[in-house]
Amino acid sequence: MASVRESKKACAVNPLKMSQPLGACYAFLGLHNTMPMMHGSQGCTSFGLVLLVRHFKEAIPMQTTAMNEVSTILGGMDNIEQALLNIKKRANPALIAIASTGLTETKGDDVDGYLRLIRAKHGETLAGTEVVYVSTPDYVGAFQDGWAAAVKAVVDAFSEPVTQRVAGRVGVLPGAHLTPADLEELRELIEAFGLQAVMVPDISRSLDGHIPEDFTPTTLGGATLDDIRSLAACQHVIAVGEQMRPALDSLAARSGVPVTLFERLSGLTAVDALVALLMRLSGKPAPARLKRQRGQLQDAMLDGHFHLGGKRVAIGAEPDLLFALASVTSEMGADVVAAVTTTHSPVLEKVPAVEVLIGDLEDLELGAVGCDLLLTHAHGRQSATRLGIPLFRVGIPQFDRIGAAHQLSIGYRGTRDLIFQLANTFIANMHAHGPEDWPLPAEAIAAARGGTAGACNSGGSCSCSGVTEDIVVPIIPAR
Amino acid sequence: MDARVSAKIQSVFEEPACEHNQNKDEKARKKGCTKQLSPGAAAGGCAFDGAKIALQPIADVAHLVHGPIACEGNSWDNRNSSTSGPQLYRTGFTTDIGELDVIYGGEKRLFKSIREIIEKYDPPAVFVYQTCVTALIGDDIEAVCKRAAEKFGKPVVPVNAPGFVGPKNLGNKLGAEALLDYVVGTQEPEVSTAYDINIIGEYNLAGELWQVRPLLDALGIRILSCISGDGRYNEVAQSHRARAAMMVCSKSMINVARKMEDRYGIPFFEGSFYGIEDMSDTLRQLAGLLIQRGAPAELMDRTEALIAVEEKRAWDRIAAYRPRLEGKKVLLITGGVKSWSVVAALQEAGLEVVGTSVKKSTKEDKEKIKEIMGEDAHMIDDMTPREMFKMLREARADIMLSGGRSQFVALKAKMPWLDINQERHYAYAGYEGMVDLVREISKTLFNPVWEQVRAPAPWDDVAVLDLSDAVAEVA
Repeated sequence: MASVRESKKACAVNPLKMSQPLGACYAFLGLHNTMPMMHGSQGCTSFGLVLLVRHFKEAIPMQTTAMNEVSTILGGMDNIEQALLNIKKRANPALIAIASTGLTETKGDDVDGYLRLIRAKHGETLAGTEVVYVSTPDYVGAFQDGWAAAVKAVVDAFSEPVTQRVAGRVGVLPGAHLTPADLEELRELIEAFGLQAVMVPDISRSLDGHIPEDFTPTTLGGATLDDIRSLAACQHVIAVGEQMRPALDSLAARSGVPVTLFERLSGLTAVDALVALLMRLSGKPAPARLKRQRGQLQDAMLDGHFHLGGKRVAIGAEPDLLFALASVTSEMGADVVAAVTTTHSPVLEKVPAVEVLIGDLEDLELGAVGCDLLLTHAHGRQSATRLGIPLFRVGIPQFDRIGAAHQLSIGYRGTRDLIFQLANTFIANMHAHGPEDWPLPAEAIAAARGGTAGACNSGGSCSCSGVTEDIVVPIIPAR
Repeated sequence: MDARVSAKIQSVFEEPACEHNQNKDEKARKKGCTKQLSPGAAAGGCAFDGAKIALQPIADVAHLVHGPIACEGNSWDNRNSSTSGPQLYRTGFTTDIGELDVIYGGEKRLFKSIREIIEKYDPPAVFVYQTCVTALIGDDIEAVCKRAAEKFGKPVVPVNAPGFVGPKNLGNKLGAEALLDYVVGTQEPEVSTAYDINIIGEYNLAGELWQVRPLLDALGIRILSCISGDGRYNEVAQSHRARAAMMVCSKSMINVARKMEDRYGIPFFEGSFYGIEDMSDTLRQLAGLLIQRGAPAELMDRTEALIAVEEKRAWDRIAAYRPRLEGKKVLLITGGVKSWSVVAALQEAGLEVVGTSVKKSTKEDKEKIKEIMGEDAHMIDDMTPREMFKMLREARADIMLSGGRSQFVALKAKMPWLDINQERHYAYAGYEGMVDLVREISKTLFNPVWEQVRAPAPWDDVAVLDLSDAVAEVA
């Protein structure tokens, strides 16, 4: 439906996009007892870490190979070797997951080669700790691409071909746009049919805000290596978001496991499709509480359409989140006037908007003039203030609010709540009408006074009724 | 390495005003003041981060980051340095280079970016920040900036501190060097007074400068330029006409203070706005330096009078908290100047500092700590999060004051925590700030939430587990 265009500006102003290695490390944070690490200068890790800490209000384990100028030029093998040994000694994780950065990709470090040599040299020392690597240059793609590449790397590295499938086990490859609350909801949906869910990665177990008994330097909670290995033995594997297609296809090709990709799980029909699949997989009818939830969603849509119908919204988000949000808002009768995203994706053409622009928040702000609502991450706050419209925070980062991990927007309940929140935002910002909101045009006023606007050409020096002078056309402040 | 960056780093390392540096032998000095980072066990920002922190508070300048999206996209608008006017410094500008730029070079994109910014935003100046990738492929930002400045008739300042040359602290200095090389002394102020000062290394986090400014205003002391909090390009350009300078925040901008003394004869002292006595001392030193440079001697009398009034007012307000806070144990995990300046303040409030981290502190900082806390001061060089957690869990401290990075170590141990680093939203400077800090500590320590979160869950509670009563009731 939408045509996809790339911004032609040389300078990105107010970035919407974040970089690939950060998306990759975010995925690694959904793996249990893991130390994510960026192969780059220490600033790469520091920025990413601070961003995620401020979003989740959680300690974020993330390391760096601390590359400097000399080690970059000579190659980073020594740094990776030292880093692996240091992490092994200090944290002893089950997995060290490495993402490359712009710096080391520009140099062209052959990390796969380094890892083979390091394993040969330190096999014994590193025993009990797996190492996985994904190539994620900062200057290619965006956050969700890094996530997708990382999940594919993990699945490729650890999923094993199987001879037998476990009935009732459903694998899930969630996209980067799902929150811990979304994953928890998806798990409950799957379990509602007596099925078990195996999620890779699983940030609902690691970044959901729990209080552990002891301090751990690595991730705590999330998919285990056994979980990853067991994906191939699932009865069925689903993926959420177009970004997950490469990982899902790769898994299917390796193991022959049946797979289904859901482009989104927000919106009535989208959730219906998932429920239909779960009914088929389990051979069970939908439980009563799901039926009630569906009814609640229908009711929310009926109540909500008064407030969303005809509203003009501007959305800035990564492709899969953009698609989900634009779909729900347009299904409720709103008009997606501006859609800005970070990276290419086949799903962009399906976004219900005239055009999707791969650009930045400056582009979004320009496109959002005259809109009623801005939906983007917290960095949209300055734009929203300038535009004089409310900001509905979606995606990462949301550093100026708490509870981002528990924002729910999938399933019947999540869609219901999303609609309520959107509608309430409109209600809270409803424009109260004033006496001068509906001024008559000069022509009508003149007609009412028995003259024609501009009929007197004397410039006010004559003593005629001076129709032109008396006409007051109020200037309505732009909304 | 770019020869110019290399020479700059060497000159920063040879900083004669840094006593720490002067105590080293030739070889150690050449190695520089940066500790070698340990891969897999490192934390903290890079040189680019440091340069950006140092300069971004200049509010009317467009700060353009030349590099891939990570450097700006992952980090922009994340500091709480306040402005009293222009908002442009909060706009994120980056060349967001792609794969083709890496192959063909990013200079053209950089030049076009500068043009777009000037056409759209017309700032008094554009600062261009170098990053690792663009440094590695050999983009010459000095040349591009020079050409752009000529072409557009506007200052375009290269800030050559790519992340991989070192840590944040080095970046602070390299950023400051750009001001010395391209900005300071390029304009003349309309008027000069005998009361003109510079404040160097103050970033106006959470608006802290405004807790101090009224004191200076009352004395008739004019901040000609604050480098860089709530700064303006023109003010920095005119800052060479100040009569005296104060250097805040330990050594992060010592090169600016020292070089402005060399070049323009502006004497400086190192002071702090944190702590009541420190604040008073700072006012005295400022007045003293101005008098030395020709201000009337009565300035000191007025200063002493102001100090007397403000100290009493602050002490009276803090005294109200002393009974509650007396003897409470504080663990202080921060760096640099705060390792000692906050210690003094906390002691004033009756709190006991059971440890202070000195990882980022200089030798002078450590001397100061000994002076304040005594010879047996518990200085923590490099405490692992696990050790912090243990210390809090075992209640060897009642509250931790630190930066955002370690906040969850405290919170997960269900112990009170207060943010005293760059990302904080409360202002703790001057007399007002110290009263606020004490109020915040008290508010945090005595919040009823601690008792609740430490209460056992029903399934862990012995009293609840004994269900015999309930069973009997039902029967």
